[in-house]
Formats: sequence, structure tokens, C-alpha cells
Amino acid sequence: MSNPLADMAKPDVIFCIGTNMTECHPVAATGLKKAMARGAKLIVADPRRIKLAELADVYLPIRVGSDVALLLAMAHVIEREGLMNRAFIEHRTAGWEDFRRNLKAFTPEWAAAICEVPAADIERAGLIYGRGRPAAIYYTLGITEHICGVDNVQSLCNLALMTGNLGVEGGGINPMRGQNNIQGCGDCGAETFVFPGSVKIDDVAARDKFANAYQRPDLDLGQAMTKVTGLQECGKSIHAMLIDGENTVVSDPDRNHCEHALKSLDHLVVIDIFMTETAKLAHVVLPATAWAETDGVACNTERRVQRLRAAVPPPGEAKPDWWIIAEIAKRLGIPGFDFQSPADVFNELCSLSPTYGGLDWERVSRESLNWPVPTKDHPGTPILHTEGFTNGRGRFMVLGYRDPAEVVDDAFPVWLTTGRRLQSYHTRTQTGRASGIDYLLSEESLEVNPADAEAWGFLDGDWAIVTSRRGEVKIKVRSTDRSPRGTVFASFSFADVPVNNLTGSGYDPTTHTAELKVCAVRIERAPVTLESAHDPREPENAHAR
Amino acid sequence: MSATATERELTMTLDGEAVGFRAGETIYQVAQRTKKSIPTLCYDERLEAFGACRLCVVEVDGVKAPVASCTTKATAGMVVRTDSPIIEKYRKTLLELVVSENREVDVSPLRGFASQEFTTLVDRYGARTGRFKGRQSGTSNKTDDNPFILRDYDLCISCYRCVRVCAEQEGDYAITMMNRGFGTQITTEFNGRLKDSACTFCGQCVQTCPTGALADKKALRAADLPGEIAKTRTICPYCGVGCSVDLLTKGDRLIGVQPAMDGPANQGALCIKGQFAFDFVQHDDRLKKPLVRQPDGSFKETEWDEALDLAAAGFRRSLKEHGRRSIYGIASGRAPHEAAYSMQKFIRAGFGTHYIDNCSRA
Ligand code: SF4
Ligand code: SF4
Ligand code: FES
Repeated sequence: MSNPLADMAKPDVIFCIGTNMTECHPVAATGLKKAMARGAKLIVADPRRIKLAELADVYLPIRVGSDVALLLAMAHVIEREGLMNRAFIEHRTAGWEDFRRNLKAFTPEWAAAICEVPAADIERAGLIYGRGRPAAIYYTLGITEHICGVDNVQSLCNLALMTGNLGVEGGGINPMRGQNNIQGCGDCGAETFVFPGSVKIDDVAARDKFANAYQRPDLDLGQAMTKVTGLQECGKSIHAMLIDGENTVVSDPDRNHCEHALKSLDHLVVIDIFMTETAKLAHVVLPATAWAETDGVACNTERRVQRLRAAVPPPGEAKPDWWIIAEIAKRLGIPGFDFQSPADVFNELCSLSPTYGGLDWERVSRESLNWPVPTKDHPGTPILHTEGFTNGRGRFMVLGYRDPAEVVDDAFPVWLTTGRRLQSYHTRTQTGRASGIDYLLSEESLEVNPADAEAWGFLDGDWAIVTSRRGEVKIKVRSTDRSPRGTVFASFSFADVPVNNLTGSGYDPTTHTAELKVCAVRIERAPVTLESAHDPREPENAHAR
Repeated sequence: MSATATERELTMTLDGEAVGFRAGETIYQVAQRTKKSIPTLCYDERLEAFGACRLCVVEVDGVKAPVASCTTKATAGMVVRTDSPIIEKYRKTLLELVVSENREVDVSPLRGFASQEFTTLVDRYGARTGRFKGRQSGTSNKTDDNPFILRDYDLCISCYRCVRVCAEQEGDYAITMMNRGFGTQITTEFNGRLKDSACTFCGQCVQTCPTGALADKKALRAADLPGEIAKTRTICPYCGVGCSVDLLTKGDRLIGVQPAMDGPANQGALCIKGQFAFDFVQHDDRLKKPLVRQPDGSFKETEWDEALDLAAAGFRRSLKEHGRRSIYGIASGRAPHEAAYSMQKFIRAGFGTHYIDNCSRA
């Protein structure tokens, strides 16, 4: 996030796109509700009539995967009406003229046909956002999990740049991260494109620094390999894998492909707290300590670095992840793994990361700061870009609209979009084992517009077979106005309803983020069998009570 | 006019001492800042002051009746007494009245963050008496079968904190107040189960309740466990908001979670996951020993040394047979920095590649 969570109560205009905030980040949504109580205006763009939509001044139920078209048209309106922040554009940005010329064609009428919402509403959204002082953008995976994920984010940047909503209190572009330490994972360099501190791997100076620090003179300059490619290469060029606590098989798109990939490895080591579907494919499974048992550090979505503290001992012989990884490394003769404590590990990270340079274990145990914290006396940086951008000027990107990797056709006539639910979390290895959660959410269902359900001959609770080009799942139908006609929704939280069998139609060419949000499916009645008469979930949930 | 100038200009007298204040501050806020301890029951600093319990009354020169300090704004030159004998007597009588309405005063601290506020005040004022034997307002709801929130309204004192936190903080408006006076009852829209209301089970009403009338059912399961309750400050394990929480433990057991009111990301707020979904940690399914796959596909528990040797041997073999570009690492967005940092170092220092990624791409 460019701005802190505390800023959420401050904007004049809030634009939420692709974020089901009340369900996925309910605590953050409380700030938003406060802003609205103060009179802030809310624009919501989401294919599904989520709860947030009920609160919106303008609700845009855009067709899945059409975000870029909407954002281009909003920029068009802002430019046409002269609502730009000219001083900001002149002093802080580059590429405005090209961008401006390109905008001419993207009228609200043009976008209306793609997004399937009225041009007048797009016009209104453009005017409201353009007049907001400040206006803040919030988004989540709904924006990034597309083949055009980078274009989506760039389009949001363009809007914020042209209106000068970066580097100001209550403004910004704010991605809401889904996992407690996914931001930190990137901060630590556990991401193929960057070293610790978000420095690119093709930066010569950084490469030399890490080659030196890690005693690895032949460290590659550049040459990233994303997880997507890594999985595709399993059994071809990749033969051994170390997976730390991620249930790849259930959470990744195209489950069949993923399972097949991991099975074709010569060697798979999984570190986890439960015997997940992924761990079951491993050659060696190593038990890790869990949250509440592990001392460490995490970074939240607003770049706030915070201490995690152990309160109870781990079960049996479970060990902290860092210890396990270090032990394997030492056995392989990899230098620099003589860590005695989590503090040793964290302090090494701080010594190598420019954004964490002013932090150390002792300091994060005392106070929580937003990075960058370059020096020991630096107070942290709640708002980014107040003075300037890392690379000088903020650059406008000239973009066009692309269809999703897969569009509906006669064989697969329905859009499927996926997401998360309030009561459960990711692949449920955690919430599925917390008592009481079943009381509220014990099974997955396919959300279908009531008119569609009727047209397709489904009553609530009927079983349907959902088929995409990659696989099929059996799932119960639930009709709800949240789904627009022709679009159905399911979450990927239940292992026994592996919705990710269906997804995975394509990837963003730059980041390799999977197109998890959209795919084309066909929906048919499930034949009545003994199995569907008997709820297949019973055994899995038996231990959760 | 700068803020500091304003502060210097505005002064009032509090228990004989001159104190400065900012325009808009209530008497209670000024008193808090100067470390006076005015008792309150219906006050939660995150919410609009409400003025229902009247426990926070103070004497103001020139005003006949005592005034509620939580709702009265400080004004320049005001002379206030927070602890005169008359005021203290008034508070004691009020508390005795409230005590007489309730089935019990002493409740388990596991009920909720603020559950001890009432007991503490009753003790401070020695108000434990059966003098009023009055009728009680609120009747416990025994039919709501939800596994999270006990609705023990026999202990309700009608401070409205739950209703207000739900509306003001959560924006959920799941609960309201029915009737007035002794007929007062906290309830949901259709007087039914929370599950059938707009309730999201965030637990905020539980944590602000000063008497334990609303209580944490999951934590209460540990009421009979021996041992002292300890609290450890940490961060919620679920989403990226990073709410601060206090873990409640007894000995080696994790028994509950309470929100940290001073948490920088959440200011006391939590959602159902952070509040109630903590017990996956000590679930029976946890892996307790290293496991090694056997030729027949089953897993066998082994000692650490053997498992680590096998883990390393596989990478060594791959390195030898296929070279350094044959090994890949996937880090977790749920493990701490130390895990993520070690994972990327394992790959970069071990094999000189950048063949490391995490789950953010899916
Ligand atoms: S748990 Fe949360 S949503 Fe439910 S009644 Fe209490 S405050 Fe309201
Ligand atoms: S309590 Fe809820 S909102 Fe807060 S970090 Fe946890 S999951 Fe996120
Ligand atoms: S705290 Fe002031 S009236 Fe209750």
C-alpha cells in the first residue's frame, strides 16, 4: 500500500475495484465505513453484488476481466473534463502527452459495451474520482489475478498520477494483501524477480553485493523463473523442490497439472504444520512450528514490520522453518547458515536490505514501523512518494484493452469467477481446523443468479457438475442476487471441492500471476449417485469439532 | 492560530490544579490525560461518548447537579472536582443499584477483554451489597446455539457498548436495544439467533462488554483448566491487515485471543478469523515428527537427523545429476520473515540461481 491503513478513514472519495473488502479484510473495511459516515463517496467496481456494493454511491457490475476498459474510460472522462492535477503532472510525472493522445478513443460508450454497464455510470465514476481531493484506490487479487494483471495495476497508477493522488494523506493506490506475511515474503526476496529489499535481480551492483555476501561468485545476473514456469519444468529441467508451508496443490490453478508436476520430481521436501494435499506428495515431510509457537517478524499490507511472539511450545518435535532450512543447507555445505536464533536471521536480512537498513530485532520488538526505514534514527515511512518516486518521475503507461485468456463460447457459455469467504481462509488448513467455523460455513457452494438457476433447472442444494477446458468439479448450487446473470462464483477453500481444477486458463505475461479470477465453464446437473446423496464432507470435518 | 497556542490559552481547574486542554476535549478526556481515575461503565474510548451510566459524574462550579464528564466538553475557566465525598457517595449508590440488578458480579476474565471493569469498580467502591434486591434488566438467551458468543444478558447493565461497537466500529448493525427501563433487552433485529442476523461474529461486542454478559464461549472452555491466565502480544495469522492480538494461555495451552486495543493496524478491532479461529494451532492433526516416504508409498516417522540427511541427499543428487538449475524453492506467505529469508538464501547461496518464488502469484 502506498498509504497506511489509518488513512482509510480520511479520503473524500474511495474507489474499490476487485476487492470484496468487507469479507476479505473486514477490519480494514471498518475504516472505510468511518470515512463514509464522514460523507466520503464510494465507487465500487466488481462483477458480483458484494456487500460493499450496497454501500456504494456508484456501483459498476463490470463483466469479469474488463477492468482495464473501465479504467481507461474513467481516465478519458477526467481528461475531457479537465479534472487533472496539472501541477502534479508537470512536476512529478512523465509520458503524459502520449497517454493523453491515446485516451481519446476510450469513451464511456466504448467501455460500456465491453464492461456491460451503462456509459452514464462510467461517466459518473470518472467525475467522482476525478474530483476527489484526496481520492484513494483499494484493490486486491480481483485486480492482479488476471492475464492483464499488470495492465490493471498500471491503469490504476495512471488514474492516481493524472489526479495527483500519490504521496498525499488519504490518497494512494492500495493493494490489500491476502496473507499475513505475503508482503514480508517479497520484502525478504523470496520472490524470483527481487533480492531482499525489492532490488531487481538484474541490478549489477545488487548482484555483486549478494554474490559477495553469500559467497556465491557465480550468482546469476537476472534469469528469473516464476513458480508457474518452475511447475511446468518439473520432470524436465527441475528435479528437486523445497516447499515451505504452502498448499500448492489446492491453492494453485489447474490442480491436475500441479499434482502431476510435483509427482514427476525426483525429490520433494515439504515443510508444514499439517499433512496437506501437497505434503502427501513429498518424499520427506518436516514438521514446522506454527503461529503462536514461533518468534519472528511479519510485515502487513501497509508495510508495517511487526513482531510475532511465541506463547506456547510446539507439538512433538516440530521446529521453526528457519532452523529446518538451515539444517538442510548446512548438510549441503552451503555457507552462512550458522543462525542461532530468529534474531540472527532477521538481523542479517536488515544488514542486506536497503528498505530495512534501520531495523533490527531489538528495534522491531520495541516499535512497529512502516518501511522504508533506511537508518537507525529514521521514523519509518507511512506514506510513499511524498517527495518523489524511486525512479524519478511517475511514468504514464499507454495501454489498450485485451480480452481474458478465455472467453465464453457455445461449449463453455458461463463465466466462473473465484475468491475467498469471510469465515474461511485460503485452503482451510487453518480455519478448517478451528472449532466452530463449520457452524457458519461447512461446505462450498456455487453462487448462481436466481434467474439462471431457474433457467438451468436448479433448486438450492442441487448438485451441479461444473466443467472447464481443464477439469470438472461437483458442487452444490445456491442461488443469490450477488451473482449477475451468466456469471457464477465459488471460493477455492475446500479441498473436496477443488475449484482450481477449473481455473488456470492463462497467466499475466510479465508477472506470471495466474488468471484465477476468470474462466469459461459449462454447468450441468450432476447425476444422482449414492455419493451425492451422502455429503462427502463428513469425514474431513469430523476432526474439526 | 497554531494548535500549541490554543492549548496554552485554554485552561481549567481540575481538583485544584490548573490544566491546559484542546478545544473539543471532554472533561473526562482531560482528566484521563492528567491521570485522574474517574470511574466509567458505558465508556469505550473508540466510540462516541454516550452518557448512559452516569458513573463518570463530576462536580462543576456553578452547576447544581453533577454532570457526566464523558459527554461534557471542557470550557475555559471551568472548575471541576472529580472525587469529592458527595460525588463518591453518589457513585457508590449508583453501583449498588446496578449490582442489585445482576445475578453475579464476579465473572471469569476469559469472558472478554473488558469483562472485569464492573467487578473492579464494585470492589473499589465497596458496593457489594444486596440492598436493593431489585428486578433485573435483560434475560439470558439460552437458545442461541452459536459456538462463539455467550449471550448471558442476566448480567447486562444496559450500557449499550455492544450495540454501539457493532454499529459505530463494525458498521454491522446486527444488534439493537429493545424496550426501556427494566424491560431493556439487547437483541437482534428479529429477536433470534445471531447467525440469522447481520452478525459477522467479529467478537467486538464481547470484548467491550464491561460485565461479561457477552462472553467468549471458546475461551470459557478453558475456565476449569488449572493455572494462571497469561497474555502474549503478537499479530493475527490470517490476512494482510496485521491486527495486533493478545494470546491467552494457561500453561502450555492456547485458550483464546483478545484484540489489542492499542494495535497500530486495528485499534482493538478484529474479525471472526483473528478472534475465533486460533485453535488450529493445537489441533491433533499437527505434524509432530519428521516423515519419510517408504517404497510402498506410506510415510514413516523418523528422527530429525535421518530426515534432514535424506532431505539434503536428494538435493545433492539432483545437483550432481542435473546441475544447479534443477532445484526450485517455494516460500510461504504465511511463515515469518525468517522462513522467507532463509528460503531465498538457501536457493541463491546454495545454487546461485533465482529459482525461488512464493504463493502471491496464485
Ligand atoms: S459479533 Fe460483531 S457483528 Fe456480531 S453482534 Fe457482536 S459486534 Fe455485532
Ligand atoms: S483479525 Fe481478521 S482482519 Fe485482522 S489480521 Fe486477522 S484476519 Fe485480518
Ligand atoms: S461513562 Fe460517562 S455516563 Fe457512562
